[in-house]
Amino acid sequence: MAIKILNILIVLFVPFLMLGVIKKTKAFWGGRYGASVFQPLYDFIKLMKKDFVISTTTSKVFRITPVIVIASVLFAALFVPLASSSAIVNIEAGFVVFAYILSFSKFFSLISAMDTGSSFEGMGASREACFTTIVEPAFFMLLASIMALSGNYTFDSLGKIIENAGGYGVLICIFAVLVLFIMILTEGSRVPVDDPATHLELTMIHEVMILDNSASDLALISWANGIKMLLLSSLIAAIVIPQGLPTGLSVLAYLALMFVISVIIGTIESATARIRMSHVFEFIFVMSSFALIVLSLVVARMFGG
Amino acid sequence: MNWIKTKNNTKVNLNEIPTLKIDELREEIISLNKRPIGFFGKDWGYGTTRLFVVLADDENGDLYVSSALFEQNEKEYESLTQVLPVFHIFEREFYEQFGIKPLNHPWLKPLRKNQKDYQFFEMEGEEVHQVAVGPIHAGVIEPGHFRFMCNGETVYHLEIMLGYQNRGVEELMVKHPTNQLAESICGDSVIAHNLAYSKVMETLKETKITKRAQLIRTLALEMERAAIHIGDLGAIAGDIAYLMGASVFGATRTLVINTMLEFSGSRFGRGLVTVGGVNFDIDNEKIERAIKTLTKVEKDVERMVKTMLKNTSVMSRLEKTGVVSQEKAREIGLVGMAARACGIILDSRFDFADECFKNLALPRKIFKGKGDVNARFQLRYQETMESLSIAKRILEMLKNGYREEVLTKNENLLCADSMAISITEGWRGEVVHIALTDGNSNLTRYKIKDPSFNNWYGLALAVRNNGVSDFPLCNKSFNLSYSGNDL
Repeated sequence: MAIKILNILIVLFVPFLMLGVIKKTKAFWGGRYGASVFQPLYDFIKLMKKDFVISTTTSKVFRITPVIVIASVLFAALFVPLASSSAIVNIEAGFVVFAYILSFSKFFSLISAMDTGSSFEGMGASREACFTTIVEPAFFMLLASIMALSGNYTFDSLGKIIENAGGYGVLICIFAVLVLFIMILTEGSRVPVDDPATHLELTMIHEVMILDNSASDLALISWANGIKMLLLSSLIAAIVIPQGLPTGLSVLAYLALMFVISVIIGTIESATARIRMSHVFEFIFVMSSFALIVLSLVVARMFGG
Repeated sequence: MNWIKTKNNTKVNLNEIPTLKIDELREEIISLNKRPIGFFGKDWGYGTTRLFVVLADDENGDLYVSSALFEQNEKEYESLTQVLPVFHIFEREFYEQFGIKPLNHPWLKPLRKNQKDYQFFEMEGEEVHQVAVGPIHAGVIEPGHFRFMCNGETVYHLEIMLGYQNRGVEELMVKHPTNQLAESICGDSVIAHNLAYSKVMETLKETKITKRAQLIRTLALEMERAAIHIGDLGAIAGDIAYLMGASVFGATRTLVINTMLEFSGSRFGRGLVTVGGVNFDIDNEKIERAIKTLTKVEKDVERMVKTMLKNTSVMSRLEKTGVVSQEKAREIGLVGMAARACGIILDSRFDFADECFKNLALPRKIFKGKGDVNARFQLRYQETMESLSIAKRILEMLKNGYREEVLTKNENLLCADSMAISITEGWRGEVVHIALTDGNSNLTRYKIKDPSFNNWYGLALAVRNNGVSDFPLCNKSFNLSYSGNDL
């Protein structure tokens, strides 16, 4: 029980720290001190206190979307294994529920962006929708393969790759982590897919969709985006962190991994340029091809003798 | 003779400039086929308008001047643009200022005024959509409206509507000609515009300035070039989300403009150049410090650019983005850095060199670029290094000699009935100032041409068939001025 409460707290607060660490890493590589790692949390509190500015061209869809987005992301969090435990709601095929609740929130972000009637936001929505269509099949292919391997269709099978896959285990783990990492970059709208720091509307993807959101709406959407990154990182944790560690150690390992992932994201953002928009698809297709590799490894293991 | 031949910074007697009929002048312009740098009207009394044309022969460093008189009832003529597209923007300006209509001009839209009447080019199709950006932009930049005709993510056509910054500088200049006003024409070309203005005034006042003053002016111009180029290299890096480049170039640019601060009390060199020389001399202590700083800047810029050019993710963004072919660049009359990036040999520092620049005897480097963002990036780097080395050389010269006054006082009136043309190569390209005086030694017309005036259309061509998300990158690689265009 205690660990579940701890996990809920992690879902609520660690996303701010992850965003803070990413920013701090970028500041480090840029030769600056940078803001405190708690800055995203302060920004959240600041935004919650502010008054709304709402465009007169928008309808109710625009108003309810931020709540739907945060509610679905928090709901999705129930189905994901977090620090040192199984998912809070550990059901068979939980990953399908997880993926579609996230898609539900994305659907509302898309129509909310279109609701503003701005040409920028329409472009952003079209880009986001496009990328999602590539990300989703790869995600399903990856998880279905891993689960087929163990015959256990809950997220618990992520931790059992090594014991189920024998000689292929390490390879499957590596590719699975890579797939999930590219998914974090895409879904979390980070460089090289998107640039969260830009002020240029024409180049934005995620940021442009929330241009019209203000105050607590904006705070909730940014928070939800952080939580989404945390949830996907938790899947990496489920694969990487060995099972059977003492609870305390396992929680520490989980938090350390979140830190490492944030630092890696920050470093990538500092050292590479963003990919040209027309080439982003190729980058995301890398994810699909890695997922295919996992699938073929699983097939080889199960039927190859 | 239908033309009078003159040089940069030389006074021309207005009465010696031929006055033709417009049809004759049109034929003359077409047969001479040189690059226009001035095409402007002047109210000539009794409802008549005199059109002055200044053409530049870059290879020989000559300027050709002629004019035509429009009678009161002559309100139209056959446009030159149909034959020589390079005149398109000049004719639009002339039409807007004097209401004399160039017939069959393909693109006769408002340039700076009457933006409400602006008719945008329209495209139709199932997946064609319009994106309107501005006049208010994200970030602290000047206002301007951009209208993209896109098919999905591809830009088919971009129209740029400017004029929001129109302050009437040319009219102000006639009433109150001052260095401060010249400095305010375009905030990132303070030295270039001020220099052009000062040279026009010195030509009209027949002032000879000292060698030391000339050296300090050239130094300031090159430092301005280096500073803005470095800043833009950083901005290009920032636009492609290459954080390291943005940080390093941002920091090194500060070193250059802070050196300028030591010289003149302003980071952009405001108040340094004045009619008759420069306001501040530079002592040896400052020179020593400046040489040290510029050497460090050289090293940092070189290292960062080399790192960027080795980074494939950076190169994939820069290469083949925003291409302007050399042919198109010539046709629409690009000038300055943007033209050189297309492989055109055009640099008024060399073509119309002043005495000081000639004495430096610098080798002319020819840049073989393909006209894409990469070419503009690399050219900016090359010019930065060149400018820094010129600046260092001048600093050494100032340290070791040329002990003389830097300001020549001259209370002469302006020469009467004259025209003076001054061309200065700012970082963006040629800055042209032309002044006309009447019989009482008063200024009666002041014409300014900022390089942005020519180059905005080049940006519109550069983004065609590029992704709409690459527009900011193309824009940054040109970095044109709104206020320089709007005047």
